[in-house]
Amino acid sequence: MKFYIPPQLTRLALVFAIFIALFLALRHFLIPDTFGELGHYRAASLIDNAKPDVHYAGQLACFECHQDIEDLKKKDAHKEIHCETCHGSGQKHVLSGEAADIIKPAGREFCGRCHDMNAAKQKSVIHQIDLKSNNVGKSCLECHNPHQPWKKKK
Amino acid sequence: MEEEKVKSSRRKFLKSAATLAGATVGFSLLKSSQFLLYGAEPKDESLPWYGIVIDIQKCIGCGSCAKACKNENDVPVEPFFFRTWVEQYTVKNDGSVNIVSPNGGIDGFEQTVPDKDIFKSFFVPKMCNHCAKSPCIQVCPVGATYDSPEGVVLVDEKYCIGCRYCVQACPYGCRFIHPVKKVANKCTLCYHRLKKNLAPACMEVCPTGARMYGNLRDKNSELVKFLKEHTTQVLRPHLNTGSKLYYNALSSEVR
Repeated sequence: MKFYIPPQLTRLALVFAIFIALFLALRHFLIPDTFGELGHYRAASLIDNAKPDVHYAGQLACFECHQDIEDLKKKDAHKEIHCETCHGSGQKHVLSGEAADIIKPAGREFCGRCHDMNAAKQKSVIHQIDLKSNNVGKSCLECHNPHQPWKKKK
Repeated sequence: MEEEKVKSSRRKFLKSAATLAGATVGFSLLKSSQFLLYGAEPKDESLPWYGIVIDIQKCIGCGSCAKACKNENDVPVEPFFFRTWVEQYTVKNDGSVNIVSPNGGIDGFEQTVPDKDIFKSFFVPKMCNHCAKSPCIQVCPVGATYDSPEGVVLVDEKYCIGCRYCVQACPYGCRFIHPVKKVANKCTLCYHRLKKNLAPACMEVCPTGARMYGNLRDKNSELVKFLKEHTTQVLRPHLNTGSKLYYNALSSEVR
């Protein structure tokens, strides 16, 4: 039996082949590098996401120079609090060593962010005072050393 | 002759159909092929798989986390772009609930409900839940948002087309369109910090340790221990998002 392919089928096959080739070529150029290596995304994007510089150095970086503060802090109620909670982001200061590159917070409002009375704060978690009635007009730092809050100044 | 041709082609057809079906079933039984069939990538077991715990009892609403997050990740300062924020829930004696989040809690909270009306009040820090079956990834038309091998949901800023589909898909409201870059933006669990062995900025600065992250794969990690010892809950469990952000002492008023 002679195998016979009608000419319209050959032509159709040709058209299909052209479409498939076009599709593959487009696909090759449109899909970015590393797409699909780990999943339905660009694997190189993981590197992009890991790239930004940190602003918060972490307190181990602080203690490399400020050993004295570490010793002060670990004896009192603020021992669990990391330096950058109050002093703000410190990476710039770590790199430059300039005092201007770090915040030295003061003032009742700043302490009040944590210590002001609020019904939503658990008494067992945080010591609270009423900023509106407690030693009005005085700075908290007049009596308390923030690194050792319960050892009051004279 | 014609009849014979039909018969032989039917047999041929049945034969090849059976081969194809057999091959498909056999192929699907192979473990390594499941990625192709189900789109589930094999996870690298040597990497940590991150989960988060937020202890509502410990949160004091100081807003340090939200502030540090904006600082660390250069999030626009306008008060509607947040990767993490804090809400205060106040349940009144009459049963109604008052929910506030002034500037995401960055400037702190002032109790507006008089003390005599308060039944209970608490703070709820919110952030990306880093869902294992996250709706935001499923809807992305270009594959610009994905679950990293560490279980962190990330955005590919170079590939995102800013169509906003993921923003409306997230049931927790954790995404926004960056006003300058015009692409989706969200919490990355400070992926750039994790890779440098530093804690996420919000957890670095939390004064009470209300936030915790850890490796869910490591059965001895602090996080897994905490989950075992406490009654924790995820937000909107009925949506089956596979959320990996567990709240301790979550009240049913929280949405």
